[in-house]
Amino acid sequence: MRAMVYRGPYRVRVEEKPDPRIEHPNDAIVRVTRAAICGSDLHLYHGMMPDTRVGHTFGHEFIGVVEEIGSSVQNLQVGDKVMVPFNIFCGSCFFCARGLYSNCHNVNPNATAVGAIYGYSHTTGGYDGGQAELVRVPFADVGPSVIPDWLDDEDALLMTDALATAYFGAQLAEIAEGDTVAVLGAGPIGLYAARSAWLMGAGRVVVIDQLPERLEKARTFAHAETINFTEVDDVVLEMKRQTDHLGFDAVIDAVGAEADGNMTQHLTSARFKLQGGSPVALNWAIDGARKGGVISVVGAYGPMFSSVKFGDALNKGLTLRMNQCPVKRQWPRLLEHVRNGYFKPSDIVTHRIPLEHIDEAYHLFSAKLDGCIKTVIIPDAS
Amino acid sequence: MERTDTEHPPVYTHRKPPLPETPEQLRARIPGWGADLDPADRPSYPREVAADTGAHWDLPEPQPEHGERERSIEHGMLTPVFGTAQPLHGLSGAVRRYAYRRHSEGKAMHWLLLLAADRVDVTEHVVRSFATLRPDNPVTETGIRAELRHGGSRFGQGRSDIRHQAIDPVVNGAPWVAGALGAAWAVRRLVRR
Repeated sequence: MRAMVYRGPYRVRVEEKPDPRIEHPNDAIVRVTRAAICGSDLHLYHGMMPDTRVGHTFGHEFIGVVEEIGSSVQNLQVGDKVMVPFNIFCGSCFFCARGLYSNCHNVNPNATAVGAIYGYSHTTGGYDGGQAELVRVPFADVGPSVIPDWLDDEDALLMTDALATAYFGAQLAEIAEGDTVAVLGAGPIGLYAARSAWLMGAGRVVVIDQLPERLEKARTFAHAETINFTEVDDVVLEMKRQTDHLGFDAVIDAVGAEADGNMTQHLTSARFKLQGGSPVALNWAIDGARKGGVISVVGAYGPMFSSVKFGDALNKGLTLRMNQCPVKRQWPRLLEHVRNGYFKPSDIVTHRIPLEHIDEAYHLFSAKLDGCIKTVIIPDAS
Repeated sequence: MERTDTEHPPVYTHRKPPLPETPEQLRARIPGWGADLDPADRPSYPREVAADTGAHWDLPEPQPEHGERERSIEHGMLTPVFGTAQPLHGLSGAVRRYAYRRHSEGKAMHWLLLLAADRVDVTEHVVRSFATLRPDNPVTETGIRAELRHGGSRFGQGRSDIRHQAIDPVVNGAPWVAGALGAAWAVRRLVRR
């Protein structure tokens, strides 16, 4: 099969690889029809995630058609069109039994600090991902769902991570009616999180970023106010000014490990890998929230330590909530919202690129060229 | 919003700053506003809840092992299911094996060794690729062609990432330049003999 492979930091290409095979009775093999590049794939691409091996195929956002099933699979049939959550999970361990699917204990031998994710290094289990023609899907009876007839393919694709994670992030922010909510980052997660905050009754939503086209999308798609942090001297001061010096009731970090805005933090994390991530956005969240406020973190960070302003979080009595999203738990309610027209997930897709041009797709997204917000990969474009 | 009530300023009294729009205005302007106002309608509330997952096992059947599978020493056993992509190999494999066997995830050394092994792995593959019909290409694999196909100017927008984008080629190109110089030096030494 043709698949994206990692060759080293900032280098990827398409290669011919052996087809994946059934390795466990509850596996399925899925022929990928659409995949996406996630902002968190860039942490792998930039060489920040420990145990990212040369030859690894990335991609944890994908949909496809079931090509083959293992002997114990009961809930799927060959030919089913499925959307696959980015989490690999067993459905029966201590954590899955409590709905914490992203924290499954039965799927990632490499680490206990994180569950398993498709195509996201060996630190999350060593599974090749979906930026390929075919992918192995473990626990086929638990993870994937058949795509409803009424749902567009690209909308289904965005349910597998971006929309679900953002919706989850807004829930972590514990928004009550009339709350002021700041969202750091106007990428796909930030845009959807801003939109989700309104569903939960937010009274004001302010999105903070530096890219004019993304901030425009925040105003039009997410109905939010915006702050361009490069146009203000001090973004924390601006957050205070905008809230009459109270600070925001809730702040959502939708940026994660490669936050810009502080050269020292950026160099020590993204360039020289001395931190698990640049906590610029997280520190802005801590300082821009009101005392007693809530910080929701859905931006991804690596397993190493980061220089977080923890004293401020303590002294302000903040609640910090975070997790990888248990995607499948979000789907029933999210599907209702999509069907009601509260979301049109694919509205944020800006680029559709054949798998054969995967190197360009990564550079485009990484360097944020051409107004790129979300890139969809088409494996069978030929 | 700037504070206007100097006699009874919000925050310095019990008052919360006023919102620019009422719930009715928000409901009229934003599709779905307040649909999940009740936390009970939010899928991840409460945080822990049991549901039917589709699992028809208590402990999943173990996936057959083919050869060595490294694991965190914080795990009590090999997990029933695991990824089989890119098994350990070569010097990078030895470093990774040591990182997994010797250090828990709580130790920075665990992660630093894995990051170091990643760099060794890249070097091993670059060198090996020159013995194949498709050697690594440090230019095309960066996707730099996107600059032509999807370029457009990223300057003049005040973007803070422009500054470090300028040093990216230096950081990323340095190992290739060092490798090329080292190879040239070795060839010269051989020729002089």
